Amino acid sequence: MLAESLALSALLFTIGVVGVLTRRNAIIIFMCVELMLNAVNLSFVALSQLYGASGQVFVIFVMTVAAAEAAVGLAIIIAIFRHRQSVNLEDINLLKG
Amino acid sequence: MGNEFYPLFYSFHFYLFGLIAVASALLFVTRKSPVAAAMWLVNVMFCLAALYVLLDAQFIGAIQVLVYAGAIMVVFLFVVMLLNLGHPSEMSDIRGNAGRLTAGLVGLALLAEVMVLGRAEFPAQLTLAAAQASQRIDGPGGVIGPIAAPLFKQHLLAFELTSMLLLTAIVGAVVIGKKRTPDAR
Amino acid sequence: MQLPTEHATTGHPLADTIARLAWLIPVLPLLGFLLNGFLSLRAAGTPGPADPSASGHGHGHDDHGHGAHGADAHGHDAHDDHGHAKRHPAAGLVSLIGPGVLALSFVVALLVFNAMRSVGEMHAPYVLTLFEWMPTGSLSIDVAFQLDQLSMVMILIITGIGTLIHIFSVGYMQDDPGYPRYFAYLNLFVFFMLLLVMGANYPLMFVGWEGVGLCSYLLIGFWFSEKANADAGKKAFIVNRIGDFGFLVAMFLMFANFGTLSYTGVGAAANDLVMGGALATTICLFLFLGATGKSAQIPLFVWLPDAMAGPTPVSALIHAATMVTAGVYLIARSATLFAMAPAAQLTVAVVGALTAVFAATIGLKQWDIKKVLAYSTVSQLGYMFVGVGVGAYTAGVFHLMTHAFFKALLFLGSGSVIYAMHQAYHATHNHEDAQDMRNMGGLKKYMPITSALMWIATLAIAGIPPFSGFFSKDEILASVFARTHGSTLADATWLGIPGSVVLYGVYALGLAAALMTAVYMTRMMIYTFHGPNRSGSAEQPHLKEAPMIMTAPLIVLGVLSALGGLVNLPLVFPFGPKEILHHWLEPVVGQGTLLVTHGEAAHLSHSTEYVLIGTAVAIAVIGIAIAYTRLKPEALVPAKDAVPETGIEKTLLNKWYVDEGYDKAVVQPTLGVSRTLLWKGIDTGLIDGLMVNGTALLARFAGWMGSQLQSGRVGTYAWVLLIGVLGVLSAFSFR
Repeated sequence: MLAESLALSALLFTIGVVGVLTRRNAIIIFMCVELMLNAVNLSFVALSQLYGASGQVFVIFVMTVAAAEAAVGLAIIIAIFRHRQSVNLEDINLLKG
Repeated sequence: MGNEFYPLFYSFHFYLFGLIAVASALLFVTRKSPVAAAMWLVNVMFCLAALYVLLDAQFIGAIQVLVYAGAIMVVFLFVVMLLNLGHPSEMSDIRGNAGRLTAGLVGLALLAEVMVLGRAEFPAQLTLAAAQASQRIDGPGGVIGPIAAPLFKQHLLAFELTSMLLLTAIVGAVVIGKKRTPDAR
Repeated sequence: MQLPTEHATTGHPLADTIARLAWLIPVLPLLGFLLNGFLSLRAAGTPGPADPSASGHGHGHDDHGHGAHGADAHGHDAHDDHGHAKRHPAAGLVSLIGPGVLALSFVVALLVFNAMRSVGEMHAPYVLTLFEWMPTGSLSIDVAFQLDQLSMVMILIITGIGTLIHIFSVGYMQDDPGYPRYFAYLNLFVFFMLLLVMGANYPLMFVGWEGVGLCSYLLIGFWFSEKANADAGKKAFIVNRIGDFGFLVAMFLMFANFGTLSYTGVGAAANDLVMGGALATTICLFLFLGATGKSAQIPLFVWLPDAMAGPTPVSALIHAATMVTAGVYLIARSATLFAMAPAAQLTVAVVGALTAVFAATIGLKQWDIKKVLAYSTVSQLGYMFVGVGVGAYTAGVFHLMTHAFFKALLFLGSGSVIYAMHQAYHATHNHEDAQDMRNMGGLKKYMPITSALMWIATLAIAGIPPFSGFFSKDEILASVFARTHGSTLADATWLGIPGSVVLYGVYALGLAAALMTAVYMTRMMIYTFHGPNRSGSAEQPHLKEAPMIMTAPLIVLGVLSALGGLVNLPLVFPFGPKEILHHWLEPVVGQGTLLVTHGEAAHLSHSTEYVLIGTAVAIAVIGIAIAYTRLKPEALVPAKDAVPETGIEKTLLNKWYVDEGYDKAVVQPTLGVSRTLLWKGIDTGLIDGLMVNGTALLARFAGWMGSQLQSGRVGTYAWVLLIGVLGVLSAFSFR
């Protein structure tokens, strides 16, 4: 089932990418990133069948980082919303120098 | 493992969860309401947890449900509700047809490239040797043992650093998300 | 190159004599330049009559102020009349240093000459290596002086005549505000000229070559506050660059093919060349191109008549006696090389003959006394090139020497006349042209010494025996005639014409030029010194002989012009030591001559030679007679009353419109191309427009592109990121 897993992983990842590209709502884009992380996790797990448990260890790390990222990212979104009354990325161009 | 004993049963469930995951992901991406999107994403994550179990990663499947579906997605939903993003004025956030088409094409291109890369022969120094029997996850030591051993031995430093990262993230989230009023000090 | 030099130096008979101090000969004038230049610069900062560069007002004797541009010069004259008697504060010291260093240099040269004579036959040149100048890879160029019979002759001419002209200048330039500057330039010129003739390799000669060009430029434009003078200087400089290009290419070819640039090395390598081969011919033709520039031959002669804008002693020294003969020296120096290229030799001879005739025709109708002499110089230089062209190097150098005597005399004499005319006009506040012969006439009464001396020079240049010019000119013509049979030149073809036919033509042209020379020189003398005086009744009491310091050098030159021919009497001459110069130069140019004459010391039979001499003398006499009978000085009117010439006279007065032709054919197209293509097209359009501003536009565009990417919108960044990822992945996928 390795090949199928990897194909599924690629498919889910691409869906996540397309979501990032098409959506403007910051929270949904954030969720798309989570989907992409999950897709990668799937391939880690699938490959750990072949290459040992290190893949699964990495999945744990990814999850931890994802949790941390979600905490900070959502805090940022809240701060931005407070400032702009919007989470639409079109309205957010603070990165412009 | 089930692979070896009930091949048809195994394959059926693998494809079933796979299909549900893909369908849920598509629905997740296309939903206008953030709440609906979040619910479909939770569904994707449940399916992935099931797939992890099928792939002999029962522990990962468990924490997938606990951490992702149970914790992270709940935080997302909290934020959506906190910001009250459910009403229709916030929903028209999907790009126009041209944007969708381009995004779709780019996605297909990415998929095609990933597929090509999956079949490509890589130089020897870029590939891993297949694990030895002692390192395999289906070896002796149960389900958690093979994960716990490298996590607390080989990757101990990374593990500890991750805890630091989590602490920092918590503090950061509190600082950033705190409402600042002029007379706060 | 290092090895043969060392070899030639050690054990040379001159090595233990005064010749070791030969480096003093050029260094002394250099010292004079430094001292005079220092005085000039110091004086420029002090108040009082100073350089035109400091005061803004020049004050000269030639056409400056009172010359052809008299109308423009009114402003100056009111000023000049009051500041007249003031001499330059440093004039006394400069008068001592300027001619003094030259005299010392001449003394050293005489001592070296004496040493060279006393060692007897000297077959190898004495090369005095001072230091290594350019050791680069396989090319090593030394600063080395070559003392041999040829350079010795040139050194004596330069220092000797240079000393006389320096002394003359003390009188001629005495009231000039730029007095120290003048002597500084003149000393510098002599230094470079000596470097030119003493250098032991072509690059060192080139340094001198360029140096004399620079000094020529500085001295032609000496009174640079007048635009015409500055323009004449620029013209000389630019026309000379064309010739220098030829010299440089010749040097590159020599280095590429021989691997050396020293005279000894090139001379040895020339022996291995193919007779008449393309390489020898090419090198020689490029060398000759260099020579035409410096020595004012067709087609590059146009600068020399304009060079008369400089002070008259400068014309005498640089533009008659020394610098313009550098081309002749160059060819004599490369004798062995030219001997291998008969076609190039014929080119030299033909160009020389054509120049001789062409310049002589123009000289027939000039009114400016210095212009007559200028075209006469061009014509006589043509003669010298005929001489060296047919391989008669002795004859060419001989004519170079006698020409230096009589032409220096003629120029200094004309300077004396101009000085007298100028002083007279100055006294009466008249603004007529002091150089126009139509304003002269009858000056014999007022300037008997100058008149007599200039007649000697005139007879010498016309070729009347026993004056010096007769012997040298006759030897050139006799050599041309002798080469028509039994020489490599006669066997070669030139543009498809057999060499002997070409040489007969050259001979005929030489005779024609000799006839015209006699005519225009007699014309000049008649108009200047005979007939009624046309300068005006008020001026006549002021006309008088120049001071002694100016006439004394004239007298010395007069003696030399009269007796200079004794240096190289022909074999048919009834008495006296014969062919001294020929034997003297034999070790240097003898081989080149022998190669041309198939190894035989070719001499014409005595009867033929008598006929040739008779023809030459007859032609000279006929020319003088024509001038005497046809010209009516009584009928001349002063320049201001003269009617404009018409027909052929106008064409000749306007120098066959060569300058105008060059202007149309070369200058204007060059200017046009420069303006439209090079300036507007390449400089403004391509470099400024495309390259400079285009680069700026490109940078601005790139910046604009970058700023568009930097929208601050996360969505855009995601897109760009993904495109980057696709790019990287496709690089892996389709590798």
